[in-house]
Amino acid sequence: MSKFMPLTQGEIEEMLREISIETIEELFDDIPPELKISMVEAPRGRTEYEVKRHVMKILSKNKPYSTMPLFLGGGVWPHYVPSVVKYLSALPEFVTGYTPYQPEISQGILQALFEYQSMICELTGMDVANASMYDWASSLGEAALMALRVTGKKEIVIPQAISPEREAVLKTYIHGKATIRKVAYDVETGMIDLEGLQNVISKETAGVYIENPNYFGVIECEAEEAGKIAHEVDAIFIVGVDPISLGVLTPPGDYGADIVIGEGQPLGVGLNFGGPLLGIFTCRNDKKMIRNMPGRIIGITEDYEGNRCYTITLQTREQHIRREKATSNICSNETLCAVQAAIYMAYMGPKGIEQVAKVCMANARYLMKKIDAINGFKAPIFSAPHFKEFTVRTDFPSTEVHKTLINSGVHGGKMLKDEFPELGEAFLFCVTEVHTEEDVEALIKALSSISS
Amino acid sequence: MAEFRQATWRYKDKVLEPTVFELSKKGREGHKPPEPIKKARELVEEVIAMIPERMRRKKPPNLPELSEVEVVRHYTRLAQMNYCVDLGFYPLGSCTMKYNPKICEEIASVPEVAYVHPNQDEETVQGALEILYETERMLAEILGMSRVTLQPAAGAQGELTGMAMARRYFEDLEEDRRDVLIPDSAHGTNPASARMCGFNVVTIPSNEEGLVDLDALEAIIGEQVACLMLTNPNTLGLFERDILKISRIVHEYGALLYLDGANMNALLGVVKPGDMGFDIAHVNLHKTFSTPHGGGGPGAGPVGVNERLVEYLPVPTVEYDEEKQKYYLNYNKPKTIGKVRSFYGNFTVILKAYIYLKMIGREGLRRVAEVAVLNANYLAKRIEKIKGFSLPYKGLYKHEFVVSATQLKKDAGVTALDIAKRILDYGIHPPTIYFPLIVPEALMIEPTETENLDTLRRFVEVMEKISEEAYTKPDVLKRAPHNTSVRRVDEAKAAKEQILTWKMYLEGKAAMEH
Repeated sequence: MSKFMPLTQGEIEEMLREISIETIEELFDDIPPELKISMVEAPRGRTEYEVKRHVMKILSKNKPYSTMPLFLGGGVWPHYVPSVVKYLSALPEFVTGYTPYQPEISQGILQALFEYQSMICELTGMDVANASMYDWASSLGEAALMALRVTGKKEIVIPQAISPEREAVLKTYIHGKATIRKVAYDVETGMIDLEGLQNVISKETAGVYIENPNYFGVIECEAEEAGKIAHEVDAIFIVGVDPISLGVLTPPGDYGADIVIGEGQPLGVGLNFGGPLLGIFTCRNDKKMIRNMPGRIIGITEDYEGNRCYTITLQTREQHIRREKATSNICSNETLCAVQAAIYMAYMGPKGIEQVAKVCMANARYLMKKIDAINGFKAPIFSAPHFKEFTVRTDFPSTEVHKTLINSGVHGGKMLKDEFPELGEAFLFCVTEVHTEEDVEALIKALSSISS
Repeated sequence: MAEFRQATWRYKDKVLEPTVFELSKKGREGHKPPEPIKKARELVEEVIAMIPERMRRKKPPNLPELSEVEVVRHYTRLAQMNYCVDLGFYPLGSCTMKYNPKICEEIASVPEVAYVHPNQDEETVQGALEILYETERMLAEILGMSRVTLQPAAGAQGELTGMAMARRYFEDLEEDRRDVLIPDSAHGTNPASARMCGFNVVTIPSNEEGLVDLDALEAIIGEQVACLMLTNPNTLGLFERDILKISRIVHEYGALLYLDGANMNALLGVVKPGDMGFDIAHVNLHKTFSTPHGGGGPGAGPVGVNERLVEYLPVPTVEYDEEKQKYYLNYNKPKTIGKVRSFYGNFTVILKAYIYLKMIGREGLRRVAEVAVLNANYLAKRIEKIKGFSLPYKGLYKHEFVVSATQLKKDAGVTALDIAKRILDYGIHPPTIYFPLIVPEALMIEPTETENLDTLRRFVEVMEKISEEAYTKPDVLKRAPHNTSVRRVDEAKAAKEQILTWKMYLEGKAAMEH
């Protein structure tokens, strides 16, 4: 099997002769013989056609949302990925290059990343962005670590209405370095309880984190106050966002955020069973903040002839130079996803992003009303305005509702019973611009059948 | 020798392809998103009015206004100013820049992947779970480990995961072990990852052969040591032949042995890390298992562990219920370290590695290692003979080797950086330079198994030519590159000026003009 190995047997023999070696096996003489195996236990290699049939057969057991209306969000969301984004981000020069360590021959990826950084800053209202983190969750972990470094303090305040996935990752990242204190949400509005926040913060607070919209899809209308409360104790104010929402919502840079993170997946990355994703990471233009930022950053410079060009910069924060003193261990990031996001933002423009945001909100509002009108269902649970996700409470066991929907060929929202038991039999639904009238009708019909 | 010239799209004097902001024109429209559902159209005003005034965006984001044609030309031009494996040789040491099979790209973009949500009911994602389950089994076999987590998004995150498991393991044993030992030849991510998990990093020196200094190890090892992080073969391309002794020393003191498997390419089907005594091992799917690197990511850094550490693996694990004949996600792991990333990892990357493994199979795996090692040794022998270059650490190389250009620097005043920049002029990506830190003027060369003999020979010719140039006309090297989109880039200026966005660029320009 030499498919991806072009050397012929003749060439191999020629090479061995040239370097005075009898057999390839000799080149492994430094490995203790008792450790050597002849082969791993695995099937034999197969032809491309066989493998394609085999893998497609396995994948056909998945139900994609193209065949089943799906109302799931909760960290990644179905959004339309324009053909232009798919096509351009599949160009081999973007796909098969390594990290642009040699800027002279890598201007393409460097400029695309610089444009990504610039556009993310315009969207979030922030000054500086890095070239990506793994996902929103790891951005949160890194933001918390950065807050600890910048402030020298040891407490991180997070909202109760946080994605359980992100909370779990945060805990892994700050284990042994800081304690987490949680702020409840207002049971009426679903927004963060500012009084609760006042009670939880102290001089020990390194960072205050909120999500906007929060995990329940609720728009944090008093985010600015939360920021002020954080700043009263000199804590870093960290805001997590869904970038699409910034088509209609005030950018966090305008309400006092010091660090803005988020999930870039809606910007042309796609669902892909949750990976790859795109961690957004931005901060204010403050020397101490920038010096403490994790991840790669691209900057403008010139070549020896004075041409404007781009390069990885501020590398003295990074692991390959600073080793254990680096701001983070991150090396490979999600560059190709950042390129997808850059293409998406450039192609959407200010109007496109605003339009997607408005469509999401209107569609979500429409579905809320429809669900709420069904006997035994309340949507949303909270009174504050929502973006594209909202909670639904039902008088029926949520597991049964969920199963009935699946059996009718519709995938409902995410069940919240395990992670937010206080909400009772509840779901988190998501609606975006990809949902059609038929999708909604199918859902409403199935839900109505339960209630009648 | 064939001349290489990279595309240069010039916009005006001193400016190549403009930024999207410069290309923007007010009123131009790009993508037109769908309208709301018919009956929701009348709700648009209502929902916007529901957002309180101060949370409503006043000014649209300053994104460029471009039409489809402009977007396509812009990014296609940028692509043309970017080198990649599909264009040519990329012997970047420790990065394993092998060819990326196209079948993997095709399958990873089908609707059954692209349109599948991670929160879907397990019944509706049996295919995805089967891929995860089977990939884990194959990697566990290759690594000689009990279980493997596919969650880490990159090698460094794999290290973080491994270190977090080590930390939890010793917490469980109620042993206060603070030190992690790391050889001076290790990748920078190793000490950074250990530090992120709260460990102290203790560097162990290499001996004159470039291997772990056993005396130093024995002197340092003790009950305070949690783990030895080892790269094997190491970054000099040398196999730690005393690995069994190292393993014995480490385990005698109750510490763990961690493998940075970035260099696994040389060992596929030849030796299993588990058999060498490693308790934890990560691999890089974007290196060893042929998934493309995407200009910097996404990658994937699965981590294998032996029986001692299985219960600490991140959640969820993917299991198979024999009775129901269904795959499922298991979150019920009381001792888990939790999560390092949302959901289950970089699924498309894992899928591509699965396809690759299915294609090359057991004989292919071993062949990869054999040919990768042959290519490295061939190049080492040939390059060693070139005037000005030397091999400071000799031996049977595995996947890569490190050349030093100190002689060339002494004789002709050219540095490893100059050489790397000159290599660009010949349409080849240079090796990793100035790494590992223990070799002065280092060029770390990893040819991989996917190159033919003509390519290897041409690389030797290029290195010979560059050596000759260094001795006869060193300025050509010092002023290199000449044939790339831009000339040598001033990295110091970038660090000093810190122009990190287009807005900063415009503000800087405006300030200069005043």
